[in-house]
Amino acid sequence: MIRFLVGRLAMAVPTLIIISIAVFLMMRAIPGDPATAMLGDLATPEMIARLKARMGLDQPLPVQYFVWLGDILTGDFGRSISTGDLVLPLMLERFQISALIVVTAVFLASAVAIPLGMFAAWRQGSAWDLSTVAVSTFLLSLPSFWLGLIILMIFGLRLGWFPVLGTIGMSEGGWTKIAALIMPVLTLLLIEMGAILRMIRASTIEVLRQEYITHARAKGLSEWTVMWRHAFRNAFAPTWTLIGLILGALLGGIAVVETVFTIPGLGRLLVQAIYTRDYPVVQGCILMIAVTYVLLNLLIDMLYPVFDPKVAR
Amino acid sequence: MTLLSVQDLTVEAGAAQVQVVRRLSFDLEPGKILALVGESGSGKTMAARSILGLMPPQLKLAAGRLEFDGIDLAALPAKELSRIRGARIGMIFQEPMTSLNPALPIGRQMEEALRLHLGLSRAECRRKIVTMLERIKMPDPQACLRAYPHEFSGGMRQRIMIASVMLTKPALLIADEPTTALDTLIQHDVLNLMTELAAENGTAVLLISHDLGMVARYAEDVVVMKNGEAVERGKTRTVLATPSHPYTQKLVDALPRRSEGGDRDETPRKPLVQLDAVRVAYPGPTRLIGKSEPKEVVHGVDLTIAEGETLGLVGASGSGKTTIGRAIVGLETVSGGGIRFRGQPIDLTDPATRSDVQIIFQDPFSSLDPRQRIAEIIGEPLKLDRQLTVRARRDRVRDVCDEVGLPQEFLSRLPHQLSGGQRQRVAIARAIVRCPAFVVADEPVSALDMTVQKQILALIRELQDRHGFGCLFISHDLGAVEQVADRVAVIEAGNIVEVGRRDDIFDRPQADYTKRLLDAAMLLSRSFAGAAPAPASA
Repeated sequence: MIRFLVGRLAMAVPTLIIISIAVFLMMRAIPGDPATAMLGDLATPEMIARLKARMGLDQPLPVQYFVWLGDILTGDFGRSISTGDLVLPLMLERFQISALIVVTAVFLASAVAIPLGMFAAWRQGSAWDLSTVAVSTFLLSLPSFWLGLIILMIFGLRLGWFPVLGTIGMSEGGWTKIAALIMPVLTLLLIEMGAILRMIRASTIEVLRQEYITHARAKGLSEWTVMWRHAFRNAFAPTWTLIGLILGALLGGIAVVETVFTIPGLGRLLVQAIYTRDYPVVQGCILMIAVTYVLLNLLIDMLYPVFDPKVAR
Repeated sequence: MTLLSVQDLTVEAGAAQVQVVRRLSFDLEPGKILALVGESGSGKTMAARSILGLMPPQLKLAAGRLEFDGIDLAALPAKELSRIRGARIGMIFQEPMTSLNPALPIGRQMEEALRLHLGLSRAECRRKIVTMLERIKMPDPQACLRAYPHEFSGGMRQRIMIASVMLTKPALLIADEPTTALDTLIQHDVLNLMTELAAENGTAVLLISHDLGMVARYAEDVVVMKNGEAVERGKTRTVLATPSHPYTQKLVDALPRRSEGGDRDETPRKPLVQLDAVRVAYPGPTRLIGKSEPKEVVHGVDLTIAEGETLGLVGASGSGKTTIGRAIVGLETVSGGGIRFRGQPIDLTDPATRSDVQIIFQDPFSSLDPRQRIAEIIGEPLKLDRQLTVRARRDRVRDVCDEVGLPQEFLSRLPHQLSGGQRQRVAIARAIVRCPAFVVADEPVSALDMTVQKQILALIRELQDRHGFGCLFISHDLGAVEQVADRVAVIEAGNIVEVGRRDDIFDRPQADYTKRLLDAAMLLSRSFAGAAPAPASA
């Protein structure tokens, strides 16, 4: 068990190193070097050369990489070119907002989808099952920006329950802040619910066919115990992986939803930084998204043996 | 007094109301063992499951009384039925690999029924379970409580399953093919354990099986089922010795008997495949730093198979017999020693050799591509022969189809539309379509019913007589090997312990392991030998 955990942990290190190299090279490979970009159109060649030397850009690539890595590891992501703010605190602040939305949405989606999906599987072929599948397929196939706009129109404009401009709500704090988050959470929740529900339903159906379920029933256990103690643990493992993937994907990219609801999250920060060629911010965001993805899936993997003891050998 | 009385039990499937079990009646006395015998599709399992209301949802009890100790189970509300399940009627299942929950420790699974029905505390449960685990001779019962099912072999799991069900000392035990998935030696142990525990607790057993030989050893009474109906019933010995219904006669006939395959001529033949000190090792689990030790499963095996000869390779699961077969056809990499084909080191990259060496797999359900039609499956190897026209290929497929006894109209069907026996015929056709010189048959009949087994074995033998290919026949079933093999090799834990002519191995075994294997097999399939009709041609 411990060997499994340590092994998984150690396997994440090379992945992280590769990511850092990829991000570093990516930024260097983009045409137009940072010095030119920072100095703008009026820069003379000497000014550029001077800045390059100051930034260490005249050093060989490997040296640049290690200097850069050293900075990153000590939390120095540089300053934003457009605003001059320190990149790390900026990112963390934005990430907090995105993460709050994503984690809440995925948690609520799981909390709703898992019991519904398992119930549908238990009553496979019934009208309840068919309608659940139909609704979840429908939700799954909605584009998030469209659903976001519809929700915005109904709850924001028509009913006026929640603030339409997220940024304003966010700056207020307290209830207004929560109110500003409800619509984006709802959008993501509805969409991701479909995927989770279909997954847990499919794996529950598979598990319910197994002999150990019949065995559990033959012991005289109630249907509730059979479903909860025997079916859930085995059916949840694939869903758990899916939840990890969804979380990872969303934490890196809810720019669309953030744009619809004007939420100042990490996704929007990245998109804006790309537009303004704000290299330090782009680089920081990509790195942060990649590292989040790796660490999150590491966490998911490390908890996996709880549901499938065979994995931890 | 009758413990279980089943009267006119009828089980229907789906909206079409197909009767899976039709007007089945039998009585079981307390402490006795009754067997329901039949082949797959006979309805025996559904009949047994209906007693506890454990049928799949598409099946329903259409008629009949299921009287258990004076209570009609068929009319009992679900809540009261679940008080009988696991407490007074226990059930054990066929597949030890899937009938224990893989996500729960053994201790948790064993205590469930005790806590539910007897209301014992966790500590009392643990005590009872440990005593039981000691009774069934599990090494280290305390550790067993915390272990998960995947840490045990199939035989161990089935012992745990029996122990778990017997903890509540039920009055009736329903055993649904409890040993079908196990090796001969282990079958014997598990069945002995089951009957001992039943006898200790005065438990009656309803034994479901397709294996008449096994039933003869353990059950006093037998009901033979076919297509959902009871065709014959009575004392097991009487039914087996003087079967009156044609179907029972067919079942009795299907029991392995050596006379089926007479000795071939003894003229010395040229060696076809030779294994010289072959070793096969599987790589150990991947470690972060360095490689872990590879695990050797075949430790230097020497074997020779001559042209047109069948060598039976017999051993328990995990003995390496399948690995040897796979190594010959190049599906495993040999880590030491060598394999020669017609005297030369085997080179499977050579197309001629490749088509000369073929394999038939054990499970006809997973060895055929479910999306290919039968004609495509059989004809696929022929595509390698570029000179063959489409027409010639089609003709060849039709010929082979006739040879293996498949009707031509099957060629346009998909594998799932065929029965297990028919699929195995397809697998055989695929193997022989390019007239190979050597065929590895890896447990080709283990997944089939007894009467079908007999047909397939006869088919293999007939094809071999006609085409003269050499064959390595791998099996854990001595009965099957006895019917087809010219010579027999016995393998234990990756080492050949004995090789010899078939009659020598079966009549004058030398190695202890061979003797034990034969003993177990005799007990199971020939326990009625004295009473059985004399072999047809002696």
